[in-house]
Amino acid sequence: MSFLDLDERLLSIPEKAELVYSPLVDRKDFPEGVDVVLVEGAVSSGEDLHKIRLVRERSKILVSLGDCAVTSNVPGMRNPFLTDDVYARAYIENVTLDPAVPLQVIPRLLPFARPVHEIVAVDVFVPGCPPSADVIFLALSELLEGRTPNLSAKTRFGA
Amino acid sequence: MNEKSNKTIVISPVTRIEGHGKITIELDADGVVKDAHFHVTQFRGFEKFCEGRPFSEMPSLMARICGICPVSHLIASAKACDRLLAVEIPPTADKLRRIFGLAQVLQSHALSFFYLASPDFLLGMDADPEKRNLFGVHAVAPHLARNGIRLRQFGQQIIERLGGKRIHPAWIVPGGVSEPLSIANRDAILADLPEMLAIAQLTTEWFKGLMEKFREEIASFGNFPSLFLGIVKDDNGLTFYDGKLRIIDSAGHEIARGLEPSKYPEILGEKVEPWSYLKSTYYKPKGYPDGIYRVGPLARLNIADRCGTPRADQELAEFHELQRTSVLSSFHYHFARLIEILYCVERMQQLLSDSEILSKHVRAVARPNSSEGVGVAEAPRGTLIHHYKIDDEGLIQWANLIIATGHNALAMNRSVLQVARHFVRGNSLEEGMLNRVEAVIRAYDPCLSCSTHADGSMALQIQLRSNDGQLLDEIFS
Repeated sequence: MSFLDLDERLLSIPEKAELVYSPLVDRKDFPEGVDVVLVEGAVSSGEDLHKIRLVRERSKILVSLGDCAVTSNVPGMRNPFLTDDVYARAYIENVTLDPAVPLQVIPRLLPFARPVHEIVAVDVFVPGCPPSADVIFLALSELLEGRTPNLSAKTRFGA
Repeated sequence: MNEKSNKTIVISPVTRIEGHGKITIELDADGVVKDAHFHVTQFRGFEKFCEGRPFSEMPSLMARICGICPVSHLIASAKACDRLLAVEIPPTADKLRRIFGLAQVLQSHALSFFYLASPDFLLGMDADPEKRNLFGVHAVAPHLARNGIRLRQFGQQIIERLGGKRIHPAWIVPGGVSEPLSIANRDAILADLPEMLAIAQLTTEWFKGLMEKFREEIASFGNFPSLFLGIVKDDNGLTFYDGKLRIIDSAGHEIARGLEPSKYPEILGEKVEPWSYLKSTYYKPKGYPDGIYRVGPLARLNIADRCGTPRADQELAEFHELQRTSVLSSFHYHFARLIEILYCVERMQQLLSDSEILSKHVRAVARPNSSEGVGVAEAPRGTLIHHYKIDDEGLIQWANLIIATGHNALAMNRSVLQVARHFVRGNSLEEGMLNRVEAVIRAYDPCLSCSTHADGSMALQIQLRSNDGQLLDEIFS
């Protein structure tokens, strides 16, 4: 969402880069040969695990964006609890009808929510909850110029 | 390949929505749609992992449920905490929270309408999927894209002015708000209001002119009887912050009124669907699934007799004229959303003009005095309920959250089935037909992060497979 706070600067993206895959556009497959990918969120389910490996394989520069991706932060707060207990609160206890953990079609939670870099190599870290639009813009601008952004003075965990 | 076998179409991920989900459509041997489901595929477990943490952390923690409507979670959470403190918050804090909430509704509705849905309206449901996005809108109608961005920016700027940052501000606290409103910030917001009103009016007129083109969609996009639920003022006026639950049926008759929101467990049941992380909520007296109801903009405007601001009330009169009964098509969520944007702008003007709005008395301080608290507000997508129990030390023992998108789960699933039955034909896939199945989900503007967790990446597929798993057809839209 912080990405959308680029506001009018969003409209200049097509001049400099092609947005090939995003919740904002309708492409369903993650394409080959991606130059830069921004990944947000922790790796929490089997499906996440599959996706992050695919994304890594198909991208040159992988940016871990936001505290959930960088440290697993809020999603990682379930880690001290057993997955079964986390499921039980939502799908057994706080239920009026048919209590049962849903298992059809949808992916199961992994025992722990992990930061992205514990699963695949990460090239750039952008912490913040969320990182501001200015920080995201700076990171993207530097990457487009072929430089590795130095964000240490611009954002931090919890910013 | 067995031509007579049943098949399943999978649309994954559903795009131009908030969060991650997929749709499956089951076809019989003749290619006729038998059933369809909307699956929410991620889950984080807030209700469990808040256990043992101090209640005062809840507003900031629960705001992390969502990047679009963190302010709605802040408000519902802080209201639950007000009950734990057993305090009445100061009147100015009440008004400031309302302004904050309206800014949130406005920016969220702008995101839904302009960034996510408008490509379908401007470019068409069958347009080239490569261009069917905000950038494609900007190429054809730059003013439309820019107006949407400006409107959303305005809402986000108010949140930043009051709360210190645009996403996940910590300004709303148990007992009120942490800082009063400054003169400079009040005046800056007031100065922008005329421009926002003009954008809201222009967009509403444009959209009303377009609706004729979408007759088939209006007739088939979640057009069925259901109940409608939301909170209203005592005079049945529109409200987002505080009120009593009112429920009406599809004929427009009142089923229930004046229900204290904290008594929600008496009337709302939650059912697990084995194929989704999103539970289906239903109205208990009618049972499951007959107790299907809708929340959010369509429901709020069906339930409300008035908005209480002049331009929004003019539009509300037109909205009620769409149908003599309740307005039943979920396509009209979009129109309702635009009317609510108008209301947000006009209502902010009223609240900011209040003589007490700059008061420095904005926070009541107390220790926890009650072991249980429920906080309810209208989030952009509908009624939002936070319910906490604490021990003597103020540590959370138990929590239950009912999120707007959960109230709409039954309706979204029924809508997906209706659209699929109407548009999906035979054994050959067309992209535009599947986009319509996604578009009905967009009408509800679900916020899947609100019960789940987004990670910004998802593998492709729209595949047509036979029962034995053989691939019959596949498209990469």
